[in-house]
Amino acid sequence: MANKPKFNIKCIKRFLICIPLFCAACSQSSWNSPYSPEESKELIYYDSFSERPKHLDPVSSYSSNEYIFLGQIYEPLLQYHFLRRPYELIPLTATSVPKPIYLDINGKKLPDDALDEDIHAISYRVSIKPGILYQPHPAFARDDSKKFLYHKMDKNDLDKIYTLSDFKFSGTRELHANDYIYQIKRMAHPQVHSPISGLMEKYIIGLDNLSKNLEGVYQDKSQSNFLNLNDYPLEGVKLIDKYTFEITLKEKYPQFLYWLSMSFFSPMPWEADLFYSQRGFEDKNISLDWYPVGTGPFMLTENNPNRRMVLEKNPNFRGESYPVEGESSDEDMGLLEDAGKIMPFIDKAVYSLEKESIPAWNKFLQGYYDTSGIVSDSFDQAVQFNSQGDAQLTDEMQEKGIKLLTTTTTSTYYMGFNMADDLVGGTSERARLLRHAISVAVDYEEYISIFANGRGLSAQGPIPPGIFGYNQGREGLNEYVYEWQNNSESRRSIEYAKELMVKAGYRDGRDQLTGKALVLNLDTPAAGPGSKATFDWYRKQFMKIGINLVVRATDYNRFQEKMRKGTAQIFQWGWNADYPDPENFFFLLYGPNAKIDRNGENAANYKNKKYDLLFDQMKSMKNTPERQDVINQMIEIVRYDAPWLWGYHPVGFSLHHDWYKNAKPNLMANNTLKYKRVNPILRAENRVMWNQPVWWPILLVLFIIFTILLPAFALYLRKENEKII
Amino acid sequence: MINYILRRAAYALPILIGVNVITFVLFFVVNTPDDMARMNLGMKSVSEAAIVKWKDERGYNKPILFNQSASGTKKLTETIFFQNSVKLFVFDFGRSDSGRDIGYDISQRMWPSLAITVPSLIVGLLSYISFGLILAFFRGSYVDVSGVILCVIMMSVSGLFYIIGGQYLIGKFLHLVPISGYDTGFNAIKFVILPVLVGLVGGIGASTRWYRTIFLEEMNKDYVRTARAKGLSELRILYRHVLSNGLIPILTGVVVILPSLFIGSLIVESFFAIPGLGSYTIDAINRQDFAIVRSMVFLGSVLYIIGLILTDISYTFVDPRVRLN
Repeated sequence: MANKPKFNIKCIKRFLICIPLFCAACSQSSWNSPYSPEESKELIYYDSFSERPKHLDPVSSYSSNEYIFLGQIYEPLLQYHFLRRPYELIPLTATSVPKPIYLDINGKKLPDDALDEDIHAISYRVSIKPGILYQPHPAFARDDSKKFLYHKMDKNDLDKIYTLSDFKFSGTRELHANDYIYQIKRMAHPQVHSPISGLMEKYIIGLDNLSKNLEGVYQDKSQSNFLNLNDYPLEGVKLIDKYTFEITLKEKYPQFLYWLSMSFFSPMPWEADLFYSQRGFEDKNISLDWYPVGTGPFMLTENNPNRRMVLEKNPNFRGESYPVEGESSDEDMGLLEDAGKIMPFIDKAVYSLEKESIPAWNKFLQGYYDTSGIVSDSFDQAVQFNSQGDAQLTDEMQEKGIKLLTTTTTSTYYMGFNMADDLVGGTSERARLLRHAISVAVDYEEYISIFANGRGLSAQGPIPPGIFGYNQGREGLNEYVYEWQNNSESRRSIEYAKELMVKAGYRDGRDQLTGKALVLNLDTPAAGPGSKATFDWYRKQFMKIGINLVVRATDYNRFQEKMRKGTAQIFQWGWNADYPDPENFFFLLYGPNAKIDRNGENAANYKNKKYDLLFDQMKSMKNTPERQDVINQMIEIVRYDAPWLWGYHPVGFSLHHDWYKNAKPNLMANNTLKYKRVNPILRAENRVMWNQPVWWPILLVLFIIFTILLPAFALYLRKENEKII
Repeated sequence: MINYILRRAAYALPILIGVNVITFVLFFVVNTPDDMARMNLGMKSVSEAAIVKWKDERGYNKPILFNQSASGTKKLTETIFFQNSVKLFVFDFGRSDSGRDIGYDISQRMWPSLAITVPSLIVGLLSYISFGLILAFFRGSYVDVSGVILCVIMMSVSGLFYIIGGQYLIGKFLHLVPISGYDTGFNAIKFVILPVLVGLVGGIGASTRWYRTIFLEEMNKDYVRTARAKGLSELRILYRHVLSNGLIPILTGVVVILPSLFIGSLIVESFFAIPGLGSYTIDAINRQDFAIVRSMVFLGSVLYIIGLILTDISYTFVDPRVRLN
């Protein structure tokens, strides 16, 4: 009995001594760090992603949130120069950017200036660099007798296999030209569903036939899931030697080179296709869609899209030099400090899932993410505009050494009229004037100011800045909507819009023939309280010229259906450039691309013969003054017809910390991770400094609780000691 | 008892069929198989042929509920509903529309959900009962009155406020734990603290009031008066007699939710980036992945029914008067 309190006092003493020691130990690192302390000094890039990638098979993937990963793993033949603007294609695994070879009907080479009618086919001969190796992968693993270890596996072999890392052995092999051919053939694979197969079948000779052929073959197959595409020739793609192959197109298509820089044209080793096609693999969730295999600077070592994705340096990567030249301002911005050095500069990239923007933003401010976008909620905290209207960081951001990068995106957000609609569509003068009046009335400058925090540039036509064909200043002014005043564009007045309404036969928003008020419908998939302010604003804009706007909000599926069937009247849409060519925007108004007939991307169902002819001419031209002239004509036609309210081109704002280097926005390239550099020492110091635990509020709360309960305890004691009289 | 359990299991069958039908109808009212195909194949450049192929591969090319062109029983069996529902009853969840094994994903993702829900339940239960007892003990005093007012205020605040406020206060301002994220093993502890704390604080208002009511009701009963008359201390009465007699309503509320702990929490998991089954379900709804949605709804229903049966069984343990027959 005598020892018991002694023991307790000893314990309490020890405990009390431990508290400050524990706190002191913890102060050396951050309690709120989501990463392990060992990682703090490593060359790791930290970022977040908000949506899990749907596909990691390069032939199926067509989404920017997938390209974040695929761009670092797979290497197509070409890439965009990291620093130069306008965007320029340079070789990646190819030895040079291929030149088109024009062929006549007999397959003979024609001169470069051959007439279009003489050209029967266009060929691109591509040579790849020798010595490029794939990342370590079990598909390449061989035993001593050079037989593949994991190409004939049965269900028993898979008993203890749950992920790719459960395979004990891995191997590699050199990249061959045939791997690119194999991937092109995969576009025709009946089970892969490549989104560009339809487009490529239009151009690559024989791809449509291969597609039909494989469809039949695949249905007959019963023994194995593997369809060895090496056994099926593709007429338009020929292997010349181990490092060279040739692609032949049916017609001139200069934009094809841009496609060669996209992940659809990444190499695919047949060994990987066979490996993943084995029975039982699908049941184990081991597939090419989950475990990519490439030659790029990084490889996916952890694919847990519900928590995090981890890319690690590919030990077999050959190394690539950082660009030695760029734009004139790049040197001043320190973007050429690594010129000529071997990339990649980081060992690992950790992408954590953040579904909500608020935690992601707060973790960026704590230093746990190296880069961040700016959502509307945090815009005022991060950015302020000076008296000249230029965006600059707030003092809070500047104190943390955070940097701001802005760039006008190669995107356009517009409001479209369904040209198949009886009221707003068609080629009648009345409808055209009505569309012009609405174009003037809807004040996109105000929209950008209110709803995009000033992050946008009002559009004068379909082409955004940075794309050939875009004209700046007065030259690029849409005079149907704007005037040139005081050396800048100025939206035409509402009185002018009302005059147009009168000319269209809608004085004060009433149809002068029937006397009925004009009611138009905006079809949108957006709904909920978040969109209410936007819709109210739109109603107000239309009401300026007496039009009642009815917002027909529906779910996304029904909205898509309306668009396909052409039953929408006015809609909002957007487009993000696949490649930096005006064709990628003008095709959104090309008649044969109409959504209503062909399920194409011409959502407005706009048709104009002259425009279509000019489009056919423009799409295969080089970027010359002649092409600019054709583009100007096309822009004038669509401005006159006004199938869209041209809307605006968003300006992207991104933030990064001081320890993150070589940050230059490149809207076309997907493989920019290899250029990035981080300073982990500075990052670790800042993280500790910014994240010191704060204890006093906890102690204060405990003290308050104690103070409140003390009288209650006294009350209890009094109650217990009360005597019954 | 075995007979009782078997009988309840048999009753569950029509409930599960009904739940399955309702899920099926609700889902396909909003999404057609074509919409699902488009969502999966991507919105850009999706050809009609690709949509047809996608539906063929996943069995969505059949009529939804009734196959007019088939004969006999095939009119019912050769439908999307039948083909997708039957396997569920043997817990074969099949593959998601993106090709993943749903059973495997559930087995992986239930652990993060449990890592949040189990501590939340235990800590919450202990705290709420303690608070309830304290308020009941000090009934009528300033502690009770101010406690009840505080509870009413706390239960009037949105759960989202606690989440965002908790992240701001504990994670961003005090720098004590990570704002969001998850890790495996013991490393998960620092990620679990904040969601558990937020869940605890968010539930204090309603739960404390509920437990207080239970205990006050018990404290007005004759056996408590007798205990007082015998000279027992208030604390002894409270913890020895009131608490044990108040267990039946507490069990009703707790045992029924035990199996559902596997399902996780939809909002908490989303805000704290916890890779559990709650976020799995939300993701599936957003991606229009019917295979996952129907599996999760089915699993949720089964677990809820199990919870109800367990509640009935637990009555027999805490109250000898209850017999399952």
